[in-house]
Order: sequence, then C-alpha cells, then structure tokens
Amino acid sequence: METVTGARASAAERVARRWQEPPGLRGFLTTVDHKRVGRRYLVTAGVYFTLAGLEAVVMRTQLIAPDAGVVAPQTYNQLFSLHGTAMIFLFATPMLFGFGNFLFPLMLGTRDMAFPRLNAFGYWVFALAGVLLFGSLPFGAAPDGGWFAYVPLTGPRFAPGPNLDVYTLGLLFLGVSTTAGAINFISTALKLRAPGMTLNRVPVFVWALVVTSFMVVFALPPLNTANFLLFLDRRFGTHFFNPAAGGDAVLWQHLFWLFGHPDVYIIVLPALGIVSSIVPVFARRPIAAYSLIVLATVATGVISFGVWVHHMFAVGLPQLSLTFFSAASIVVSIPAGIQVFSWLATMLMGRVVLKTPMLWAAGFIVVFTMGGVTGVMFAVVPFDQQVTDSYFVVAHFHYVLFGGAVFPIIGGLFHWWPKLTGTMTSERAGRWAFWLTFAGFNLTFLPMHVSGLLGMPRRVYTFPSGIGWEPWAMAATIGAYLLTAGLLVVLGTLWYAHRRGPVAPADPWGGETLEWAAASPPKPYNFAVIPTVHSLHPMWDERSRASLAEGATSEARVLADGHLVLRTSELDGEPEGPLEMPEHSWLPLAGAGSLFLAVAALLFDRPGFAVAFGVATALVLIRWLWPREAARA
Amino acid sequence: MAATKIGRTAAACAPLLAASCSAGAPSALSPGGPGAARVAGLWWLLFGIAVVVCVVVTVLVLWAVARRRDATAGTASGRRFVVVWGLAVPAVILTFTYLTGLDAMRAFEDPRDPKALTVEVTGHQWWWEVRYPASHFTTANEIHVPVGRTVHVRLRTADVNHSFWVPQLTVKTDLVAGRVNDMWFTANRPGLFRGQCAEYCGTQHGRMALHIVAEPDAAFTAWLARQSRPATAAGEGRQVFEAASCASCHTVAGTSAAGKQGPDLTHVGGRRFLGAGTLHNTPADLAAWIANAQAYKPGNRMPPQPLAPEQLRVITAYLDSLE
Repeated sequence: METVTGARASAAERVARRWQEPPGLRGFLTTVDHKRVGRRYLVTAGVYFTLAGLEAVVMRTQLIAPDAGVVAPQTYNQLFSLHGTAMIFLFATPMLFGFGNFLFPLMLGTRDMAFPRLNAFGYWVFALAGVLLFGSLPFGAAPDGGWFAYVPLTGPRFAPGPNLDVYTLGLLFLGVSTTAGAINFISTALKLRAPGMTLNRVPVFVWALVVTSFMVVFALPPLNTANFLLFLDRRFGTHFFNPAAGGDAVLWQHLFWLFGHPDVYIIVLPALGIVSSIVPVFARRPIAAYSLIVLATVATGVISFGVWVHHMFAVGLPQLSLTFFSAASIVVSIPAGIQVFSWLATMLMGRVVLKTPMLWAAGFIVVFTMGGVTGVMFAVVPFDQQVTDSYFVVAHFHYVLFGGAVFPIIGGLFHWWPKLTGTMTSERAGRWAFWLTFAGFNLTFLPMHVSGLLGMPRRVYTFPSGIGWEPWAMAATIGAYLLTAGLLVVLGTLWYAHRRGPVAPADPWGGETLEWAAASPPKPYNFAVIPTVHSLHPMWDERSRASLAEGATSEARVLADGHLVLRTSELDGEPEGPLEMPEHSWLPLAGAGSLFLAVAALLFDRPGFAVAFGVATALVLIRWLWPREAARA
Repeated sequence: MAATKIGRTAAACAPLLAASCSAGAPSALSPGGPGAARVAGLWWLLFGIAVVVCVVVTVLVLWAVARRRDATAGTASGRRFVVVWGLAVPAVILTFTYLTGLDAMRAFEDPRDPKALTVEVTGHQWWWEVRYPASHFTTANEIHVPVGRTVHVRLRTADVNHSFWVPQLTVKTDLVAGRVNDMWFTANRPGLFRGQCAEYCGTQHGRMALHIVAEPDAAFTAWLARQSRPATAAGEGRQVFEAASCASCHTVAGTSAAGKQGPDLTHVGGRRFLGAGTLHNTPADLAAWIANAQAYKPGNRMPPQPLAPEQLRVITAYLDSLE
C-alpha cells in the first residue's frame, strides 16, 4: 500500500476499533463479517464440489466399459441424482454467492453487506442443507429421482422410501438461504454503493449478481411450490401430481422448469460477471460496450423466464406452443453473443497479459461458445426432440455449466486469491492446472456429443456392447480422470499459495475496481475512508483513488463514531447518511440450527419435534427482529 | 444451400464421427426413415454453423492473446464491433436457424394417412407392452412394421413417465402419466432398429430397450398372421408353466396363463431379445433369465424362480417353441 500518513493511520485505527469481532471459536461461530462469510461460502461450496465430483468419477468408472459392475443400479441412480442436485444447488449458486459476499462491499466501496446477520444465517442454512443431502448417501437414502425429480417416479407410489423427502425438504430448506442471499445482494447494491457510483459506474459483476438475485426471487417460488406440493403428496396423501385422482404429472415439469431454466442463467450470469471482471484487468483497458453488456445481462434475466418449455419439447404439448418457446430459446442466445463479443473486443483492442486468471477466462470463452452453439441446437424443435435426454444434452450442459461457470469460478479464484488470502499463487502451477483441466474437460465431454447422436440415453447405469458406444464412453472416462488430475492441481496450487505463497500486495494485477484499493486480505472495515467514485474504473482514475485518502473529503467519510456504513441513493449514489450495522451475534447460527432441526424432524416424521423446533426458530427470529436501542452514542 | 455445404465439408473433416456411424450403432445419423433423415440433415446444417462460429471465436481469442501490440491499449468503446459481430450477424444466422427448424417440424406432424398401421405402446417399469389393435394381439419389446407404410404409435404409460426413442426412425415422444401421446413414423428400408427408453424411469432405466423390425410387406403380413394366432404348443412344459408361478404374471394366449404383470409370452420364442434388450433370446440365456432374472437386470419385477432343473428345462423348451 501507499505510504500511510499519520492522519490516515489514525482514521484506520479509529474505524478498526468499531469493527472488532471476538477472537477464537466464539468469533468463528458468531461472525457476520462479509469477508469471512464469503470465504466460508467458497470453501464449503468447494467441499461440496469435491464430493459431487467424486460421485462423477465413480459414475464414469462404472461407464468405462459395457456391463461393468462397479456400483449397483440403485447406487448409480443415487449418485447421478445427487451429483446433479449438489452441483446445481450446493456448489454453483453458493460458490457464486461466496464471490458476491466477499466482493460486493469491496467493489461497492462500503464495509459490509446490507444485512450482515441474514448473510451469516444464509451461510449456516446452506452448510446444513449440504450436510442433510450428502449425509443421506451413506444410508442409501439420497435422492434417486434425478435432479429434476419427475413425478410420478418421485411420488408416494413409486418412491416410498425417504430418498425424495431428503430432496424436497433439503431444497426447501436451502431455498431459505438462497432467497435471503439474493435479497441481501439487491439491497446492498442499491443502498450501500460508494458516493458517486451511479448505476452506469457499477461493475459488471455487481450488475450480473443483482440480475441473478432478482431472478432467484422470481424463480425459486415455483420450485418451492413444486417441492411443497410433492411433500404433501408424499406425506399427507394429497393428489396434486397424481393423474389417477385428477392431479397432473406435467404440472411438476412446468413448475420445475419455470425455475430450472432461469436457474441455468442464475448460475451462468454471475460467472460471466467474473469474466467481465478479469478481462479488462488483463487486457489493460475498460470493458468494451459496457452499456451493451449490462443490457445483455438484464435481457438474459428477463427472457430466461420465457424458455422453460424447451425442456419439454418431447412431452407432447401442442405444436404451436413449441414454436413460441423455440423462438424465445433462440432469442435468449443473442445476449450471450453480445457478451462474448464484448470480451473479444476488449481483448482485441487492449493488450492482453496472459496471467493465470486471464488464461482461464480465455479458455472459458472458447468452451462457453461451444456450449452456446449446441444450446441453439436445442431451440430447434425436431433436433431437440432427437437429442434431448441423450448424452448429447449431457455434453451440452457440461460445456455451459462446467465451461461457462466452473472455468470462470476457477479463474476468479486465481484472480482474487491475493485478495482472499493475502498470498500470490504460482503462475507456473496455474498454467499446468489450466491446461490439464482444459484437456481433461474436452476429452470428457466432447465424446458425449457423439454418444448422444449414436442413440445413447442419459442416466443409464450401464450399456450393452456391440452397438458402437464403447470407444466414446471410454474416452469420456479417461477424460474424467485427466480432469480430476487438473482439478487436483488447481486445489494444490491454491492450497500451497495459502500456506507458503509470497505475500500479495494490495493491487497485484493493476486492478480496475475498488476491491484492489483495500489491503490483501482486507481489514474488517475494508476502507478507512469511504471513497468517492468518479468513473467505471475507479482504480484507474486519479480522482477516485485520491478520495481514498483521509482528508481528501470530509470527516463524514470516515464514519468512526460507530459500526457504520454510508447509505446512498439507489440511482445516483448520492450520500444519504450513516447507517448503524448489526454486529456479531449468535442469532444466525441459532436460527439456522433450529430450522435445520425442524426440517430433520419433518424428515423423520416426528411432527411434535418439528413443531417444537419451528417455535424455537420463531423465538430466535423474534429476538432477532426485536427493536434495538442505538448501540452506542 | 450454402450452409448445408459447409456442414458437409465439416462432416468430411470428422472421419471419426463418420466411421462410428457405420458401426451398427442406433445412430441418429444413419436414418432408416424420412423423419430421422430430416433431423440428420438438420444436424449437419447446425453442426456446420456451429463449427464456423467456434472457429471464428477461437481464432479471435488466439489472435488477441498471441499478437504483440505497443504499450498503449486502445480506449475506443468497441460498440460497433459488438453490435455488428455480437448482435447483427448472430441475429441473421439465428433467424435462418429458427425458420429451418420450424419447417422441419412438419416432418413429425400427423400425416393423416388412412392406411396407417396403428400400434399401441404402453410403458412399464422396465419393458414395453406392444398392442396391434386391428389384429387383436399383444406382444412386448419388439415392434414389427412394414417398410414404406406410415406407423401411428399411441403412447401410454402404466406407471411412471418413459420416452419412446428410436433414433434411426424418429425423434422422442414421452409416455406421460395420465396422457395419451400420438406420433407417426415411416421406415423406408428393412432393418433392425434399436430404441431405448429416454426418460429416466427408475432402477432399470438403463435396460429398457426396444427393437423395431422393419420388413417388406409380405414378411410383415405373415408375421402379423402368426402373432394373431394363439399358442398351439403343448406338452409337459406347458403344464409346468401353467402350474408354476409363471402364469400369475404372464399371458400365453390359448392357455390358462393370463397374468398381466409381465410381458405377454404368446410368441416369445420368435423374439430376438429377452428382458427388454438385456439378453439375446437363446435357449441358454432364456433358462438363465427364468432361473434368476435379477442377476442380469437387478431390481426388475421378476423374482428368481425356484424351479427344479428338469422343470426349468421343460419350461425353457416350451417357451422357446412359442414362435
């Protein structure tokens, strides 16, 4: 960091006193610091990614050759169901929420999320939901209806065991966390931006996660409704999805995909936001066509709610409705094209420095485009009907979700590792990790396109010999091992940096946005002085940078009279006054814990305990929401 | 069409793909009827476009990374480049793609052919019940159709959702609980076309294949006549079959066996496969399947049969004779 003046140090000291949290285990359990919560999200989601990835390795081993007997069909079916469910719900979204939690206040030039306790609560709920879902696997009770759990297979008649109760209750429980997180992102981005950060100076990553959050708010209710109704069908004998009693099995599919397709963008948009953060820094110029990329992000969010039926083209719906959803599915690819060419323009007009994060971003552009072009194919109704539910679709969505989300996530980890841990990663190891992963990824998923065209359905625990599928299955399995090796090198590189890596400066890459003005890792208060933002890239303009120094603006920007952040107006970022923020507390953990116990009681069909823990949760919430006296003068 | 030409060129660049199509796979790209042929054509078109797009993007990425520029990075907004290459050009390609797709949908509409052969297919966990309503008989897992004639398939499910997919003949149509779906296809060459359930339907979703035998009209008519007759074989095997638990789940027309849980076995001896594509229908495999089907298709509804070796032998011989 730049020379610390006496005055600056005193501002930092005064603010630091207001932002202390208790040390040790108590601090660990009660913290509401967005950086700790964010890092926790990243680590926990990383653990769930590893577990779900190991499931995939077992599945690929089973499919290395025809008629293999590595796992029983019942086990295989649980493995692929939990793999999908966990990757979507327990890895992708929480991982990106982890980036958001860590980065939002830093990028926006403030000190915490708008609702710090809600943030901590969301984390605990997410972590416990993962315990519930993964914990069911050793007991053979993991969901086994696929990640979209179509009825009637998942209804009481065909799935009498506890497996699908784990699914419905687990996802309803997790939905609390996701919804809380989304509301927090929206509020933070609208109310806590640094002065001067008008909407057209908001970083693309923040835009992306705000759009995502709005999508979560609208997309989760159909999923929650579906899971709630299925739980009623299963536990209380209602017939919402039972056609024999006047219910409708297709209703589930509509509700699920009304959530499920937006969810693809809920995962991909923030990942694209990460790419939009990496590319300008390493192209050494502002992102090209900023307003178009923001518009494209918003447009994706809106259009994505009109495409869900393309998951149902083979259900036998009227042809006319298929033509509409085909058109919408074609249109939704346009904003993606805009984003790809914005990054390309940025790179072409800039001067690319190929550090590790940029390598992942560049690799992402290639594989994401490949997933995009096959995505367009699924908008073409007859072609969709031919390859849907085949290995072709498995190939496609792994290009979109692994290529489109995991590549940026790993790139983002390398990009912000200095900020997250205060250490630098090895460039050499980072390149090895990239090329191994890139090769393994393509060797795994490229052959699956061919398997699908050759008539191989997805979700089969084995396949017969002699019908041309063997070489492609074996190539995919070898690829999966190579991919595993690549990911292990990623993990090793990051871990080594964290343990032994050189100390990172505040701004190792010549960053664009405000997080690079904070220390690496940032202090609990992030900024001793709340900066004033004069452009889209505050770290590259002198006036914004100068505003970070104490005395550059008024004492009102130090906010050392309490646990304070600065509240600003939604559109123009005009200062509105200081805002007292909640401090560390046991309430988030207590609320999440009692809610978890209520859910567990429902799972084990103990209504008495469920009511008792429900009441306990309500009491915690009442305590939480009880009006507080002003904490201090 | 120029784009089709590009597709064909790209296809020529993918010899592996082309080679694999001829290896006896149920490949969507080696069609046996006009519907699948239309989709195969669509694929080569889409594949061609996809290859061009991916190559352009990859080359731009590599060029941006590899070339050397002087130290000053440009600051132009880049708007025009993005609008032209990221918006206008894709819009043209996508509009063309959409219209082509709309046109191809017609290949799967009701052809309103009064001479169409109707086949009723009912999905079960994990096999296919096949009924020829005009000829009043039921069979399983193997559908015979005449070459060149429209086949109208009525799809129902007895339990959970399944999906009817024979890539060389037609695209998927789901079998949805509480609904009846209709689809039409035509085979334009004789052959054995493998299909498989494509909607996950539980434990043995992986072993729920079906086969379509497309044959010339004369052969088909003869098959139809044979299937319409009740079983005539008699002897010890038939008595054991009727007396043992077999008859409580399976039907053999012309005998007292009238169970409805499992596939109709009236002419099982003439079928090519057992257990919905699990085993080839040889006497040895048939005996093994009867003795313990769980060893080959764990979780399926047929329990192991505690039969004495002699009983097993006569039942196998009996079923094998039902052609």
